[in-house]
Amino acid sequence: MLRVLFLTLLVTVLPDRLYASVPVDGGLGFQPAATRLMERHDWFHTYSLIWITLITLFVLGLLAYVIYKFSRPANPEPDRFSHNVTLEILWTIIPVFILVAIAVPSFGILYYQDRTPVLSDIVAKAETLREDSDEGALRRLMKNHNPVAAAKGWINVKVQGNQWNWTYIYPDELDDAGYPLEFVSNGIHRGTANDDPVTKDRPRYLAADYPMVIPVNRYIRYYTAASDVIHSWTVPAFGIKMDAVPGKSNQGWFLVNQTGVFYGQCSELCGKDHAFMPIEVRVVSQGRYDTWLQRMKDGDYDGARSLVADLDSTDNEPAYARFIDEG
Amino acid sequence: MSVQAATHDGQDNTASNMFASRLTAFAKRWLFSTNHKDIGTLYLVFALVASIVGYSLSGLIRWELAEQGIGPLTNFVLWGVEGATHAEKIEAAKHFYNVVITYHGLIMIFFVVMPALIGGFGNWFVPLMIGAPDMAFPRMNNISFWLTVAAFAIACISMTVPGNSVGDGFGGGWVLYPPLSGEKGHPGPAMDLLILSLHTAGIASILGAINFIVTILNMRTPGMSLHKMPLFVWSLLVTASLLLLALPVLAGALTMLLTDRNFGSNFFVPEGGGDPVMFQHLFWFFGHPEVYIMILPAFGIVSQIVSTFSRKPIFGYLGMAYAMVSIGFIGFIVWAHHMYTVGMHADLKVYFMAATMVIAVPTGIKIFSWIATMWGGSIEYKVPMLWAIGFIFLFTIGGVTGVVLANAGIDHLLHDTYYVVAHFHYVLSLGAVFGVFAGWYYWYEKMFGVRYNELLAKVHFWLTFIGSNVLFFPQHFLGLQGMPRRYIDYADGFATWHLWSSIGYAITLVGTLVFFAGLVESVVRRRQAQANPWGEGATTLEWTLSSPPPFHQFSTLPEVKAETAH
Repeated sequence: MLRVLFLTLLVTVLPDRLYASVPVDGGLGFQPAATRLMERHDWFHTYSLIWITLITLFVLGLLAYVIYKFSRPANPEPDRFSHNVTLEILWTIIPVFILVAIAVPSFGILYYQDRTPVLSDIVAKAETLREDSDEGALRRLMKNHNPVAAAKGWINVKVQGNQWNWTYIYPDELDDAGYPLEFVSNGIHRGTANDDPVTKDRPRYLAADYPMVIPVNRYIRYYTAASDVIHSWTVPAFGIKMDAVPGKSNQGWFLVNQTGVFYGQCSELCGKDHAFMPIEVRVVSQGRYDTWLQRMKDGDYDGARSLVADLDSTDNEPAYARFIDEG
Repeated sequence: MSVQAATHDGQDNTASNMFASRLTAFAKRWLFSTNHKDIGTLYLVFALVASIVGYSLSGLIRWELAEQGIGPLTNFVLWGVEGATHAEKIEAAKHFYNVVITYHGLIMIFFVVMPALIGGFGNWFVPLMIGAPDMAFPRMNNISFWLTVAAFAIACISMTVPGNSVGDGFGGGWVLYPPLSGEKGHPGPAMDLLILSLHTAGIASILGAINFIVTILNMRTPGMSLHKMPLFVWSLLVTASLLLLALPVLAGALTMLLTDRNFGSNFFVPEGGGDPVMFQHLFWFFGHPEVYIMILPAFGIVSQIVSTFSRKPIFGYLGMAYAMVSIGFIGFIVWAHHMYTVGMHADLKVYFMAATMVIAVPTGIKIFSWIATMWGGSIEYKVPMLWAIGFIFLFTIGGVTGVVLANAGIDHLLHDTYYVVAHFHYVLSLGAVFGVFAGWYYWYEKMFGVRYNELLAKVHFWLTFIGSNVLFFPQHFLGLQGMPRRYIDYADGFATWHLWSSIGYAITLVGTLVFFAGLVESVVRRRQAQANPWGEGATTLEWTLSSPPPFHQFSTLPEVKAETAH
């Protein structure tokens, strides 16, 4: 709720109304979530952080107590005990319960992340629940999945890591000659003296010349591969990271629920310019995405880029709410 | 030295003869040494020298990352290249940074922590603690040490020979993942030399491990059953077993990499049907036990120290011993938690996640047992005890972030970020290294026969404690914000915490200088050591001997009274 308020504030105050997910100087936690998966990661991190903070404070408290209470001046004659079966059983069993308490929600998130959803099942289930007027179950389903988006099917993107840039391939988007849309995305800044100037829209070491573009509220299935050495494709605000391994094709999925620009950086050491092959993803409305696709297919790369350079909040489609309202 | 002897020849025959005989005696004692105490000292001196290299490399990292932009490292590249432009130096510095982080990791692991804890303290105190006259295979002990020195020399040479078209040295991280470590990523001889270095270090460690296992199993003094051994000896027994089982797997992976690079095999080459991920499985099958190899001896040292300065027997001795055994066992079946993002099946991740979290249980037993040992004790806060308490607290922090990282889901966010860097430095730099210093001050009088300066030692502790926390704690925040590892330069949002991290390094640097000042001071002052400076709490056998112990000890095997052992 707070984040929504904050975002609204941000959108109203800033002139260009562009949401950008960048690391904040002095920041202590995650970048704000842009996917349901990342919201779940965020929740889980807070949850596990509470556990580990309590455990650490407990150990610190015990240490402080024994340091104070059993110092030589305070306790000149040491006890001789060296066993206490009850205590030993307790400090074996209790951690097991804590670990189970941490692991169980974690398993759920892992399967949510790793199992590519069957979109037709989501649509069918949502339709059934709507016909049954089971709004509670429908809302639970829509917490993690988006039936409207599911009905539209997958958008497939192949991400290929190279030394030292990314190639994005849209295998379903063919141009007139029958070739899939494919373009290379280079980092703008490479740590050299003649780098382009850093601007608000082109943050240092994060901005790419031709960003990956996807529509908001659509299921994206991404495949990673590599042409030379291992790379790793990640966008922290989406909560995803997948190694790009030569000779293998890995896959994952995500659905971004807000427009904006999101950054990531190669996350597997790949040689000299490892730090200079950023990932830039621009999430736009379906209409804008379609226009972008057309311009890219026509070879109007600069036109396509300027199309996604300034996004505004009207790009947002409240697709979740619409499905329930329509029902 | 020999030149000096030669010029004096003829003028002063007796003096040069004396010099020559001293030289021979020196060589006999220190080069051909078969005495476990001398070899232990050699290992410690070697680790100290290697640590200067490893620690300087980390200094370069923190210097470079203190501010944005590629700056300091450009001063260390393209030496002797006429007319190298700044742009060329920046490109060379990018590779050099990768070289620095790679060798920092390898040197710290193979040539600092392992030689200090296993070769140094292990050689010194395993025979003393079990009442043995020496190690089981004294001459094998010698070859273990000198192979380690040779391995270190080869690693240092490998830094200076061509790695790839960009520069010298191997810049692919200590994990050596192909294809970056293969023919394509680093075609130069640097990687081949590094393989040779690790093979040599591996042979040295395997020989050492055999020596420890045989010594501990066969040479305990009468009355010292396995369940009466001091916990430090237990820790070395488990560590040596892990070494013996894990290192051959590394050797196999390295050999396959070597043949891939040089003889056209395709184990890890995807173009030939090989699988780069297979290397990661083999590497981490060694690599995960390796982290326990580094931390278990520190566990043992901390157990001895906590018991000594609390003047209480260790709490839950059997639980402590078997916690180490189970940590060692489970350590072999969790390796793929280092590889959650390689594209593994979710069910497999669930297994590795569950197995990994199980390790927290025996580790918790150890933490609580140390506190229970202190409970009801009469604790004296001498320098070794400060390090031991610092170890317990900091290892707890490193341990709980390990529990977070064990979760495969959230690890997809944290993998290869500074959160991981912070985590493993809390358990290794603040864990294993605190264990090394705890042991160093605990046994200093015993080993060297002189007393250290209490004040300097305490200043060393506090500077290191504060400095390393300032260094590594902010790295958690960097990782959560998304800062990837192994980056020579970073986005604007990471500047503040990187600066703090470098300030922390500067504090530890002052601490390190104080450490060396203390070393020099104790050598100059030569305060007479006592046989047992710690009083009645120090019950293990090494304290029954003089300080330093006689060249050969326990000609008559000592009796172990049932209740005083461990």
